[in-house]
Formats: sequence, C-alpha cells, structure tokens
Amino acid sequence: MDLDRLERIDDWTWRVRREAAAGGGEALLYGDRDLVAAMDDKVLEQIGNVARLPGLVGPAMAMPDAHWGYGFPIGGVAAFDPDQGGIISAGGVGFDISCGIRCLRTDLTLAEVAPKLEPLGERLFQTIPAGVGVEGDLKLSVDELDTVMRDGAEWAVRRGFGSGEDLQYVEEHGRVAGAVPENVSPTAKKRQRGEMGTLGSGNHYLEVQVVDRIDDAAAAEAYGIREGQIVISIHCGSRGLGHQIGTDYLVSLAKAASRLGIALPDRELACAPIRSPEGQAYLGAMNAAINVALANRQILTALTRETVRELFPSARVETLFDVSHNTCKAETHVVDGRPRRLYVHRKGATRAFGPGHPDLPPRYRDVGQPVIIGGSMGTGSYILAGTAQGEARSFSSASHGAGRQMSRNQALKQWHGRQLIDELRARGILIFTRSMRGAAEEAPGAYKDVDAVARATEGAGLARRVAFLRPKVCVKG
Amino acid sequence: MAAGYAYFEHGADIGVRGEGASVEEAFAQAAAATFAIMVDPAAVQPQVAVTVEFDEDDFELALVRWLNALLAQARSHGLALGRFELRRDGSRWRGVARGEPWRESHPRGTEVKGATLTALAVRPVAGGWQAGCVVDV
Repeated sequence: MDLDRLERIDDWTWRVRREAAAGGGEALLYGDRDLVAAMDDKVLEQIGNVARLPGLVGPAMAMPDAHWGYGFPIGGVAAFDPDQGGIISAGGVGFDISCGIRCLRTDLTLAEVAPKLEPLGERLFQTIPAGVGVEGDLKLSVDELDTVMRDGAEWAVRRGFGSGEDLQYVEEHGRVAGAVPENVSPTAKKRQRGEMGTLGSGNHYLEVQVVDRIDDAAAAEAYGIREGQIVISIHCGSRGLGHQIGTDYLVSLAKAASRLGIALPDRELACAPIRSPEGQAYLGAMNAAINVALANRQILTALTRETVRELFPSARVETLFDVSHNTCKAETHVVDGRPRRLYVHRKGATRAFGPGHPDLPPRYRDVGQPVIIGGSMGTGSYILAGTAQGEARSFSSASHGAGRQMSRNQALKQWHGRQLIDELRARGILIFTRSMRGAAEEAPGAYKDVDAVARATEGAGLARRVAFLRPKVCVKG
Repeated sequence: MAAGYAYFEHGADIGVRGEGASVEEAFAQAAAATFAIMVDPAAVQPQVAVTVEFDEDDFELALVRWLNALLAQARSHGLALGRFELRRDGSRWRGVARGEPWRESHPRGTEVKGATLTALAVRPVAGGWQAGCVVDV
C-alpha cells in the first residue's frame, strides 16, 4: 500500500486521506508501518467504501490483520446508528456468519501429553468431522433446526453436548436474542442437515496447543492458563446454513439497496437500513446463524472433551472462552460522552470488551475479555485481553487472526501439501487432513507474522497480549 | 472460442473465470472452475444429476445465482459435482449438474462457501463470453 495515501496519527494508527477515501466518513487503519505498508491497496479502497455507508458512527476501521475481502475488508469494523438511517450489511458480516474460535483449557501439561500426541491427533481426526464433503453423525429435522436457531448452544447442552458451565464463557451465554428462523430459507435449512457438529474447510481447524509464553500474569491467572499447559482451539462457524443465508441476502440486499436509493460504492456492500423490513429480515436470519455457529462449536467442544478423556480419563477440559469474528451485534457504546445503541459489524474482527464490562463473566471481569488471535498451523496463536481504551479506539474490537499475506493460488504454486506436512512434523507439529491442497493453501508462509499482528493490536490499544500458544497437533478442515 | 476455465488472484479467496462460445457455456465453465477447487473433476463419476432453475435478467447476478444454486444442491445432497450444462430462455435459466456422493477416496480440495459479487463480470470477448467472480473459501 502506498503510505502517501495515509496520514500517520501515531505509531499504530493511520487515517485514510480524504482524497483517497473519496468522501464519506473517517477511515482508519491500525497497524505498524510494515503491516500497513504490506496491506493490499484493496483494503484502503474497501474500508473507504465502508466509510461512505449511511448512518456510520465514528470511523470505519481496519484491524492490524486486515486484508482484501469482499465488500468489507477482512478485519473491517464499522458501527451504525439505526436512528440515523444506519444500515446492516450482509457484506459486512460475510458468508461464514459467526465464524469464531472456542478455546478450551485443560489441566494437562505438554510433558503428560507429549508421549500420546500421535494417538490423540489420530483420535481427534477420526472424531471431528473435517473437510469438504464430510458430514457429521447428527441429522436434525427442520423443527429441531428451528430450535437450534433460536436457542444456540443452550440447545446443544440440552441435547447432552457439554455442560451449562461452558455457556458462562460463550458470548451472550451461547444464545443471541433476535433470531427469526422464519427468515431463513428452506435451502439454508436443508444445507445444514448433515453439517451440525462439523469443522468445515479452508482456514478452519482444531488445534492442540501448548502455552509457550505468558505475557500478562494477572490475566493468565484469571484465564486459568500457565506455561506448559495444553489448550485446544476450535475454529469454525455456522456451516452451510450460514453460507446460504449469506448467499440469499447478498443478492436480495443488493437489490434492496438499489430500490431504497442507497448508492453502493461496491455492490458487495449489499445492505439495507437497520429499521427497514429488509434490514430486519437479514438481522433475524443472521442471528439465527449466530446461534447455529454457537451450537456447532458447543457440539465440537463436547466431542473434543470426550476424545481427550479417552486417552486421559481424568483430564479437565473447560471452556476458556468462545469468540465470534463475523457478526453484526447491537451493543451500547459511549460516543462523545453519551451511551448509544449501535450495530457493530465485525468482519474478521473479534469483540474485545475491556475490564469491568457487565457482559463479561465474573471470573474475567477485572482483566477484560479473552481475545483470541488464531495464527497459522506452523507458527502459533495469541490469547489477549480486551482493554478499557479499546472502547474508544475501536468499539471494543481487535484482530482475529494472522491474516493472509499471500493468495491461495500463490500458496499452491509455492508449497506442496505432503512436503509441508512432513516439514511441520519434523518440527514437532502433527497435521491431520484429508486435503493436501488445503494444507498447501494454509501454509504458514501464506500468513502474516502473527507476532507483529499481536504486537500491533497491543500497540494500538485494542487488546493486550496475555499468552502465546504453540501448535502441537492440527486437525485441518 | 474453446471452452475452458482459469483462476485469478484474490487476497483471501479465489477468483474463478469461465470462457465459452456462449454465455451459458462460460457459466458452465465457471461452475467447473468452482467445483474443481473442492474435488479433482477427473475423479468424479457422473452418476447422479441435480437440476437448478431460476429467473434473472441481470447476467452478472445470474452467474452468482447459478454458482450458489449449484453449491446449495451439492451441499444439500452430499455430492461432489464435476459436469455442468446450462440453457437460457430469456431470463429463465435451467441447468443440470452431474456427479456422485462423496467417497473417502475423492481427492479433496477446499470447500467453497459461496460465490460473491466481488470482481463479478460477465462480458462478451472475442469469439464468445467470459464470466467470473470471486468465490469465498
């Protein structure tokens, strides 16, 4: 990216110059000089487009892991006020609605698990349905799927997947309000029939990780993690149902925007006023998909827990936290000293509530919300904590991953799946996958430096680093 | 123009582009490109047929609807698809895709979640048509 098109505000914050933004509201990029310089020009174009949407409050923002998406950039955050004609955008949420990470903490240490890593990985690979075309054992009727859409992870717990304690550590306690299953097409419901309790493909994974380093002892203690401990992270979303809702509403909202006189700088920003029938229809469907994603990760949590206990019968496997990173949520934020109810789009961005936020579980209230930056299978991931300044900086939002720096096509030209898996094994990281192509596309070198992203996330005041996690086993979709 | 498909660059996802003598053939090739991301088409037997029908007078939105209808059919029926045909009568589009239920031995790629409106273009080119967009994986 040409840095001349940006105005440097501080070491971690860059404002898109007016002429580059082509009018509209303020657009900010967070990141250090190297991260921002390496971003595609399309990120600037896309976040500038977001800043031109009606009812925007505050700046449109790109997180330090931002990269070129469709409509919004991946790593895009923007808040809209329904009382000022604010919009909701299907392109601001994405196809994989409520894709996110469930992080589980165990009471196992690497020393205990190391001799059994291979059988643990094999059993997880057998148990967790992963990859394109792979279905789960659970087949739901349309009626029961409607219940999942309303009740989310609460439904899963009622069906015997995990416990109520898990739900304390899931956003909205595992069930978001406002889901309207009637707004979800029969095609979307049909598409989900075999996909409850599945991981999916692409950048989705289940990783067994070791806590390699603690950066913030107080927060780590609150989160119940220490060096050498094993944690497990599950990255997946709302599966076929969410994908179909994205599909259905992308086209219908693109047409609605035109009918409602909203001039879209990019058709992919497909949106409607929050208060319009079209906006409300999408909102109800999107909330239904969020609940499906929360239920999906709850099922996978239970399957993972059972599998770990096959090999380690007395192991405790508890939910540390569950964060979604493709959502639009109604939240109260203080703007110019006044609390306002806003609809915050986070597309490839994580909510990051600071200390004292009333929605946090009591255990974490003093230190802030756990934020998870999922890195590549060869490098590692971070747990961070939400900050008080994040409220003013980004409507309490932070990075969600390392962010790609290379396209999938380029990665395929550069790496071969089998060779990559062998190289990672030699480094002590065991990969289990049905897709050699998928492994190559997800090569660690195709991603940005996760350390730089986490450092910039902290530098920009969005969240502070708590722990670094190193992968040991990765089940790839 | 010889029918065929190719891919183009996108930061996170994949651009697909089909070409053919007619817009229908270009769409069929775009579908072939999309499904080849998920499975090696040479390994897919045309044992089962699924059909899609829709009305759309905007060619570009028609491409997105065609690809997304196929993805929905494939996922709803647990199919790997490898062959595609499409006919158009005014704004009415009727297509058929052939494939088979997923087998453990299928060489798997990466799941396509949906076709997007990004880099969406359907246009006449010398000797035929070109149709493409970015698909989300």
